[in-house]
Amino acid sequence: MKASLNIAPNMSLHIGLRMAWRNLWRHKRRTWLTVGAMIFSNLLLVFLISLQFGSYRMMIDNTLKSYTGHMQVQHRGYNDNPKIRTSIEGIIPLASKIRKQLGTDMVAARGVAFAMTSSKQRSYGLQIIGIEPQFEANVSTLPGLIIKGKYFTDSNAEEIIIGSVLARNLRVVIGDELTLLGSGRDGSFAAGVVTVAGIFESGIIDIDRSMAQLPLAYFQSLFSMGDQGHNIVINASDLTQVTALKKQVSHIISDRKELTVLDWNQLQPGLKQAIQADMTSAWFMYAVLIILVAFSVLNTQLMSVLERTREFGTMMALGLKPSRLSTLVFTETFLMSGLGLVLGTALGTLLAYYLSIVGFSYPGMEEMAVRFNLPDRMYPSLSLLSIFLGPGVVFIFSLLASLYPSLRLLFLQPVSAMRAV
Amino acid sequence: MLTLAWRNLWRNHRRTVIMLAAITVGVWAMIFMTALMRGMVDDMLHNGIRNLPGEVQIHNRAYRDDPSINNSIPAPDKNLLKALQSDTVKAWTQRVRVPAVISSERDSRGVTLLGVEPQSEVKIGFSLDSISEGRFLSDNNDDGLVIGARLAERLETRLGKRVVIMSQDPKNNIAERGFRIIGIYKAKLASLEERYVYTGLETVQTLLKMKNRVSEIAITGEDYRNVSSWYPAIEKAAGKNMQTLPWYQIDTYLSSMLKMMDGFVLVWIIVVFLALSFGLVNTLVMAVFERVHEIGLMQALGMRPSMILYQILLESLLLLIIGLLAGNVLAIGTVIPLQDGIDISAVAEGMEMMGSSSILYPALKLNDMLLANTVVIFLGVLTSILPAWRAARFDPVEALGKE
Repeated sequence: MKASLNIAPNMSLHIGLRMAWRNLWRHKRRTWLTVGAMIFSNLLLVFLISLQFGSYRMMIDNTLKSYTGHMQVQHRGYNDNPKIRTSIEGIIPLASKIRKQLGTDMVAARGVAFAMTSSKQRSYGLQIIGIEPQFEANVSTLPGLIIKGKYFTDSNAEEIIIGSVLARNLRVVIGDELTLLGSGRDGSFAAGVVTVAGIFESGIIDIDRSMAQLPLAYFQSLFSMGDQGHNIVINASDLTQVTALKKQVSHIISDRKELTVLDWNQLQPGLKQAIQADMTSAWFMYAVLIILVAFSVLNTQLMSVLERTREFGTMMALGLKPSRLSTLVFTETFLMSGLGLVLGTALGTLLAYYLSIVGFSYPGMEEMAVRFNLPDRMYPSLSLLSIFLGPGVVFIFSLLASLYPSLRLLFLQPVSAMRAV
Repeated sequence: MLTLAWRNLWRNHRRTVIMLAAITVGVWAMIFMTALMRGMVDDMLHNGIRNLPGEVQIHNRAYRDDPSINNSIPAPDKNLLKALQSDTVKAWTQRVRVPAVISSERDSRGVTLLGVEPQSEVKIGFSLDSISEGRFLSDNNDDGLVIGARLAERLETRLGKRVVIMSQDPKNNIAERGFRIIGIYKAKLASLEERYVYTGLETVQTLLKMKNRVSEIAITGEDYRNVSSWYPAIEKAAGKNMQTLPWYQIDTYLSSMLKMMDGFVLVWIIVVFLALSFGLVNTLVMAVFERVHEIGLMQALGMRPSMILYQILLESLLLLIIGLLAGNVLAIGTVIPLQDGIDISAVAEGMEMMGSSSILYPALKLNDMLLANTVVIFLGVLTSILPAWRAARFDPVEALGKE
């Protein structure tokens, strides 16, 4: 220590660091307690943020992949007020044009209508979806979730695919007939008899209870749709690609002024808002943790400055500039926070990584999970952002907290400081 | 001794103030966050119970699995009526609830048709204030139709227009008739406005040829939290042929949310406390460390180790109590101006997914406040024992020799 004091006026960065490090361990217990607070909150933050990211991604994926898709081409105004008449002309050629120009298969046309659906024993009013048999599987997971029978292959078949809960409620099995009664696009009476060809189970109650699909060509003739349909679903390879793809699509349909392309956020505003609401409450909690850690740091550094007033006075009398002292205290905090950052992040990542493999659940989660289309086990999703976001903020706030004690030193008077106890 | 502890606390006022600030912020966050979450869950419960509606419902045993007209129940018999007229029951009503299709000249939709007894339906929870246009039904024979504002918009219809309702009777014949829209209501959750349409009970019973049978009997008591105390009596009177369920068994999402909430409150309080405890222990360790000499002197003068232990614990307790007081006052101070609700309609559709409406009313519960305060005091003193115990175990001679 003495040696470093002697050369203090020209003290190199290296010596500054070493001094700060040694000063830290003058009060081992205090330093560890402060670092402990950081480790605790960092561990918690890494884990919680990864968990949040993981569940959001699953929520989005599960909701969109089952039916909505990443984006849809629709007639303007259809989304706000879905009407059978607000339809797209020549939907099948348009879908194949988009398919060709984007060079992807993840494009499928659909029609939507409403019909009273009756079995021998039961009747329900249902939304009926017309789909393209050869492409639907590329945009939706439902065709892959058939538990009985099979998905259709022929676009003209007079067949219907329904959800498992609906099948139970209608009391039908594969091969039974259902009568559809509704009104066509021109207001005419639409009636048809279809055979149940397949039953799917997605695990999403709403879909299993209310979804019924017909092949598009039959759908068009049943509801007097001609060559029309209501939306073209387009999926990107990844959620991050959606914006770019949306631009391309809107370029492709720019010659049809009546059409528009909507992304999942516009189609399912509830999804993003639920995430936002959850984010807000989560960040409130994180903020509290971070502030408490900052207080802890402030307390420690202020104490360590106050008890060294005399020492600092001596150092100043020996010619050390006040700014050097401030830097010293700041460096101490930096090292301490760095230690907390490294250890906390490492432990947090280990915990999150372990759980991202085995998954975890807590009591009452199943009902919650069903509501948000989540599986009943949660898997945190680790990314650089989810790992370093929380600890990074803790780190910055710790440094900010040490500003007050270190800036105080700038106004230290050597003489009175040396007299201090 | 109290004076001594008090003075000791203020020997290093900066440290004490920072620690107090930390405790205050921590306690504030515990209580405030809990109040917000409680408010949200309360709102979900209110909405949820209102959607059902009725805190306890009696159905045919098969109805829950297959809500069809075939699974109806007879009107209450003498026994059940007697149970329904007991003091614990605030209101009860019976309804027919069946899936139906509603068609205007423009569009059709699938809805749930409710045949209700208007007088008792209002008592059980249908708020007349929610009628935005026209009127609510007047009696069981009323053949007017009350629909939600959103549904009217979707169907491009309005007050005074005629619509057609289609449903099935017990023999699976399609039954249909025209209705005039006499009222339009607004609900807290837009999805409800699209789902429920109301008309008179007897009108539906005639239309669907179901005599005086009903789909459900709904009962409400004074407080939804106390349901379990009175519903067994009703269940007994209803008999084994019918299924009597309290709301928390009808909507498991709600009850699991409620349970999860209790767990969450405790976890949240403990997490905040842990974050606090590092600072608390730190402060005490420092306070003891600075006074090694002094403590040695006190021991040499005949103060017993146990007294020193009490002394340090007392300091910690004082610190905690002041912090708690400030935290509680701050929390109450922030919750009260927010009593009128926080408008979070920016994320309204997201909240609707959770079953909550777009105005959040914080709910300050005495129990939650007590829990937060007890946890902080109890665990706070517990964590202070270690530094205090160390202080009490100093060897006087060695301690005096320090510095």
